[in-house]
Amino acid sequence: MIGKKSFGSKLFDISNILIVIMFSIFCVYPFYYMLCYSLSDPVLATKGITLWVRGFTFNNYINVIKLKEIPQAALVSVTRTILGSSVTLFCSGFFAYLMTQQKMYFRKFIYRFVILTMYVGGGLIPTYLVMRYLGLRNNFLVYILPGAVSAYYVILIKTFIEQLPQSLEESAKIEGAGILMCWFRIIMPLSKPILATIVVFTMVGQWNSWFDAMIYMTRNNLKPLQLILYEYLQEAQRLSDRIREGIESGVKVDVSLTPDAIRMTVTAVITIPILLVYPFMQRYFVKGIMIGAVKG
Amino acid sequence: MKIGLDSTLRKRKISIEGIKLTLLALPFVIFVFVFCYLPLFGWSFAFFDYKPGLSLSQAEYVGLKYFKYIFSYNKDMIRVLKNTLAMSFMSLATSVLPVIFAILLNELRNLRFKKFIQSFVTLPHFISWVIAYSLCFAIFSTNGMYNNLMQVLNITDKPNTVLSNSNYVWTFMTTLDIWKGLGWGTIIYLAAIAGIDAELYEAAIIDGAGRFRCIWHITVPNLMETYIVLLLLSVGNLLSIGLDKYLNFKNPLNASKIEALDLYIYRIGLMTHDYSFATAIGIAKSLVSIVLLFTVNKLARKVRGESII
Repeated sequence: MIGKKSFGSKLFDISNILIVIMFSIFCVYPFYYMLCYSLSDPVLATKGITLWVRGFTFNNYINVIKLKEIPQAALVSVTRTILGSSVTLFCSGFFAYLMTQQKMYFRKFIYRFVILTMYVGGGLIPTYLVMRYLGLRNNFLVYILPGAVSAYYVILIKTFIEQLPQSLEESAKIEGAGILMCWFRIIMPLSKPILATIVVFTMVGQWNSWFDAMIYMTRNNLKPLQLILYEYLQEAQRLSDRIREGIESGVKVDVSLTPDAIRMTVTAVITIPILLVYPFMQRYFVKGIMIGAVKG
Repeated sequence: MKIGLDSTLRKRKISIEGIKLTLLALPFVIFVFVFCYLPLFGWSFAFFDYKPGLSLSQAEYVGLKYFKYIFSYNKDMIRVLKNTLAMSFMSLATSVLPVIFAILLNELRNLRFKKFIQSFVTLPHFISWVIAYSLCFAIFSTNGMYNNLMQVLNITDKPNTVLSNSNYVWTFMTTLDIWKGLGWGTIIYLAAIAGIDAELYEAAIIDGAGRFRCIWHITVPNLMETYIVLLLLSVGNLLSIGLDKYLNFKNPLNASKIEALDLYIYRIGLMTHDYSFATAIGIAKSLVSIVLLFTVNKLARKVRGESII
């Protein structure tokens, strides 16, 4: 194949490279635009940004942090990301380990009972009514509890544990280690690769969630960043109110701050953490989707 | 003798460890029951005239009233179904793009370049639809990059408002789906290509097959199976196309064209608080989805001799 290349093959190579580059630009350009806009002077930016920053400044970021809801919302986002992913990891992980214990009574029944949730669901309205009934409206736990035991992750972890050598666990049990000890000291460290994949997935999922907050949260102090941005986008009035409030209350919000600049900067604040961890995530998500594909 | 008797006795005895394990699993089972199975009981709301603030026992039993209402001539329902099916079929039609893109990526000779491109095109998968909408909002606004470009290139003078144009909304949403999902979709096909036996290619080259023949006669047929399974599964999800993207991109000007089934349920249920009717639509949707899934599965068994679920 190497050496003699036909004309058609060369032409294909060149057009192939062009196509993939064009599609990559199509995919990445919006992010580039966002960063440029958020780093530009708001007034100059209204003339349009295409390829480069206009009037480089960090003022947008400084001003956005001063907006009333943003610090609180950022705290909610970070907390739900960390707490949510660790609760999912521990619950799904420990449950998956229990499901590998042959001695358990009703093991198959319990396993099927949980796996079935992948295929049946009550739907939006009944779920909402149940959550309301359980008092989870305006309650931080609604971000964390519903996803704690996830059938999909249970399958992934259980499959992984089953291919580990059993002798380690057995010898630990002979030494007198209980089931919790076995899991924590032996199984958990050994299943790091799959657990890392799951942590990455749940963290991104939690960070990106907003719909649950929208339907369950009426109080502003429990809304995550994503929902605040959604509201800024859907209610233009609210955003200009915020800017005016900021000016009136004496917080030094730049008068030049435009709604567009705020939106782009909040967008950047939400996206930058994902962009930062993205390179590390890559090796995990390919693995994750492959295990999922094989099992599913 | 004694030892033998002892061990049979031990076998019959209920093992304490087994019970302990079951008890350990019990909290999780209760958890799953509350969050996943309890909502199923909420289906009963569809058979009552439930008003918010009342309890279910105070509500009047109306039987299949709401279900009849769905299937009777109902302008809203027809419009919403049309929107849903239109966008579903557009995404089915574009589902072949990840296959093509995977083949293109696989034909790149420089592996580092390939990895680079792959990480670029997968990126949009990891952002929420709120962010996606925010980016579109900025780029397509009247003084955004899109309209600037149009003016510079002298294509149009007056600003084009893509986001509030109901004529293009289906195409626009499908394009966005491609933007967000194409790179992610290729991963599975790239893995499938990596799994193809290299000897097949070697043998083909010895037999005189060129590059395109290798692609057409080896790569494509090997990807077909994966493609068909994924396609059939998405047919099962024809009606469940989600709501968060439509919720973001909806505005008064395009609302009538963008409202898909899930968004309609959301609006009826949580905006106008008609819980019973919304639940009834949800149930009908689930039933249709189940029927679709089983039909498709049967079809797959006939075609491939193997079921997909």
